[in-house]
Amino acid sequence: MLTLEWESEGLQTVGIVVIICASLKLLHLLGLIDFSEDSVEDEMEMATVRHRPEALELLEAQSKFTKKELQILYRGFKNECPSGVVNEETFKEIYSQFFPQGDSTTYAHFLFNAFDTDHNGSVSFEDFVMGLSILLRGTVQEKLNWAFNLYDINKDGYITKEEMLDIMKAIYDMMGKCTYPVLKEDAPSRQHVETFFQKMDKNKDGVVTIDEFIESCQKDENIMRSMQLFENVI
Amino acid sequence: MAAGVATWLPFARAAAVGWLPLAQQPLPAAPQGCEARSDEVLVVNVSGRRFQTWKNTLDRYPDTLLGSSEKEFFFDPDSGEYFFDRDPDLFRHVLNFYRTGRLHCPRQECIQAFDEELAFYGIVPELIGDCCLEEYRDRKKENAERLAEDEEAELGGPGGAGADWALPPGSPFRQRLWRAFENPHTSTMALVFYYVTGFFIAVSVIANVVETIPCAAGGRAGWREEPCGDRFPLAFFCMDTACVLIFTGEYLLRLFAAPSRGRFLRSVMSLIDAVAILPYYIGLFVPKNDDLSGAFVTLRVFRVFRIFKFSRHSQGLRILGYTLKSCASELGFLLFSLTMAIIIFATVMFYAEKGTSKTNFTSIPAAFWYTIVTMTTLGYGDMVPSTIAGKIFGSICSLSGVLVIALPVPVIVSNFSRIYHQNQRADKRRAQQKVRLARIRMAKSGTTTAFLQYKRNRGLEDQDGAERPALSTRSSSAFEQQHHHLLHCLEKTTSHEFTDESTFSEALGVISLGGQTSRSTSVSSQAVIGTSTRASSLISSCCPRQNKQRRAIRLANSTASVSRGSMQELDTLAGHHSPGPQSSRASLNAKTHDTLTLNCDSQDLVAAIISIPTPPANTPDESRPRSPASDRGEGPGRPSSGSSSSSRGALRNSSLGPSYLLHNAVKISSL
Repeated sequence: MLTLEWESEGLQTVGIVVIICASLKLLHLLGLIDFSEDSVEDEMEMATVRHRPEALELLEAQSKFTKKELQILYRGFKNECPSGVVNEETFKEIYSQFFPQGDSTTYAHFLFNAFDTDHNGSVSFEDFVMGLSILLRGTVQEKLNWAFNLYDINKDGYITKEEMLDIMKAIYDMMGKCTYPVLKEDAPSRQHVETFFQKMDKNKDGVVTIDEFIESCQKDENIMRSMQLFENVI
Repeated sequence: MAAGVATWLPFARAAAVGWLPLAQQPLPAAPQGCEARSDEVLVVNVSGRRFQTWKNTLDRYPDTLLGSSEKEFFFDPDSGEYFFDRDPDLFRHVLNFYRTGRLHCPRQECIQAFDEELAFYGIVPELIGDCCLEEYRDRKKENAERLAEDEEAELGGPGGAGADWALPPGSPFRQRLWRAFENPHTSTMALVFYYVTGFFIAVSVIANVVETIPCAAGGRAGWREEPCGDRFPLAFFCMDTACVLIFTGEYLLRLFAAPSRGRFLRSVMSLIDAVAILPYYIGLFVPKNDDLSGAFVTLRVFRVFRIFKFSRHSQGLRILGYTLKSCASELGFLLFSLTMAIIIFATVMFYAEKGTSKTNFTSIPAAFWYTIVTMTTLGYGDMVPSTIAGKIFGSICSLSGVLVIALPVPVIVSNFSRIYHQNQRADKRRAQQKVRLARIRMAKSGTTTAFLQYKRNRGLEDQDGAERPALSTRSSSAFEQQHHHLLHCLEKTTSHEFTDESTFSEALGVISLGGQTSRSTSVSSQAVIGTSTRASSLISSCCPRQNKQRRAIRLANSTASVSRGSMQELDTLAGHHSPGPQSSRASLNAKTHDTLTLNCDSQDLVAAIISIPTPPANTPDESRPRSPASDRGEGPGRPSSGSSSSSRGALRNSSLGPSYLLHNAVKISSL
């Protein structure tokens, strides 16, 4: 008898507690009461980032593009990114549109870091122009320098095997699965890294410095010849 | 690909420099023809409004008109701009598509016009951005539905409610019967039948109802009231029999008359009919023993389905049924959510009330009843919770019930309203259709007059005609002249002439329907009889009946009025119809029998029949043989009406030899 009473009492209590919690939640949902304190910060984040590039003459002096080319570049850039900067997500998205079969996010990440010279998390038009200027109008030395910078993930001046492995894996990831011959797990990239190090690492100390890199590349005919390939992209 | 990709491609290619030191094989050569990027401002002149944009902007979408070399066709070298003779307001949206990569649909523009512009500029409508896509699709669907309704109403599908036209007299009995069933107001017999069936449905339903009322039982078992059905079994049986006989007869007649028996058997109305009359027959053949009479009594319930037969008589009922069918998903959702809520609340209530002694909530299914009654706010009060928790949950239950039920109802209501308005619109449109067609016909008759004038002038010239009619002073444009010349050439090619339809139809009393019937007649004679009073028409119809033929010949031999032709109608409404094959001619002589039977159902365009209106009594007498007019009915199921060629037979009995009978009608698709 007592247990029956307790049962019903217990149920009643539970019921009341449930109802109170539910009604509180409902009120919160309706916006009548507020629990969290970070609503103010949310408002601040709404403001969009705007960035205005340097003057046209300045950019012309710093880069190797003509005024007209800069104008065309900027118009395209501004059309795509009205706020004036590209953040990493957008960058990855754009890059992945060119390589739909594979996964280009890792490589895009490295590329983004290579372009983002001041490391502020976003690529502005100046960074964009400077990078393109080196790649398209720069000397062979500058291009190789840029490539070294790309491979050197932690920017310490040395390319280690691990860094190279990461880069290689990222490049092979872009190929995707449907390749011929079929890409096995890690073997191709490992092998490629070995070949690379054999060629570049002169003193066999396990890392490649900038001088070793430039020197080895200048000795390679293929590389020198292909440097001219992308001259006329713009 | 999005516009953005094209912009970033040079960047991606430049970044490929990063692969160079790693390449194991020599890289391929760069593609040729990548000339330096030059950009210039293009001027696009759309009906006077000048739009200027970069060339690169337009080049983003190379498979559209503006992005490809197709725009060179519109280039005006004198002004150095591209000129398009299109709507400048809609061009704005097209150009914005190039600029932003997203196509927007303007709210205030007609969706059809927008579609046409997109088609012109080579832009696929699927590119419309998400913000405007929903609305675009909805409006397009609405438009398509409306147009489909229009077409259906005009074509008058078999058994369609919009078919108010009169069947050809020669159509089979079965077709007429079916039409009588579907459209009661076409003939008095149908109307009578309609009302009779309605009356008997009502009688049957009322009898069913009255049968169960307790009548005072006289004499025999005074202390007990028995239902009227048991007191007057014979009377009710007779009434039932009569009703069932009528329903059975109607069902069989419908089955006989239906153009597609299979479809008819599967249709809802016929199922209702069958269900309504079956219990009676089953009851007849089932012996009256107690085992089966229980089942038999259950069957009698189905007699109430006779009331659904009223839906044939009431359009509102049909709309309601159609609405419920189209809101099936909302109803399903309502049912599902109700079921869920019922189960939840019933469980809760059961456990809340479990402790109470002498409680009504003996099990969860028993609590279902309480939940349903509470959620629909009925509150019979036969089951009431007594614990506090039970009362709290009971109140929550009733509050939530109101919400759950109120949610899908507006959707159903709006659906019903939409369908109802659609129906009203269809009715209104049908009423306006006739007026509209008559007006169009009058406007068109002007063009036909022109051709007749032209022909008359030419004819008179050819024959050294004496008199120039006073009415020939109508100036015609170059287009008209060439058009008339073309028709004239056709006449000469086939050695038949166009003739007048109105005189023909006058004589015949054929109802010409909105100009949608094609009539082809050839008027052989250009002669005009001065003393015409009445047009005699030589009629041959595509689907003739014998008496018509005979009448035609009789008319041909009788004195004929001169009117040289009836007004023809260049029926431009034939846009709805696809041009059919040239119907062969029908002539009036004995040979016509074979030819006359063809192409009754051909879907030909309306023939342009041109005839020259002849002012009576002032035309010279010309001796020219006449050709019989042969007409051709066309349009799906439309009656063919003949066009008459006015014959001057009266004065030219001699000339009314077989020669004119040999002329065939020429049918020309409306131009």
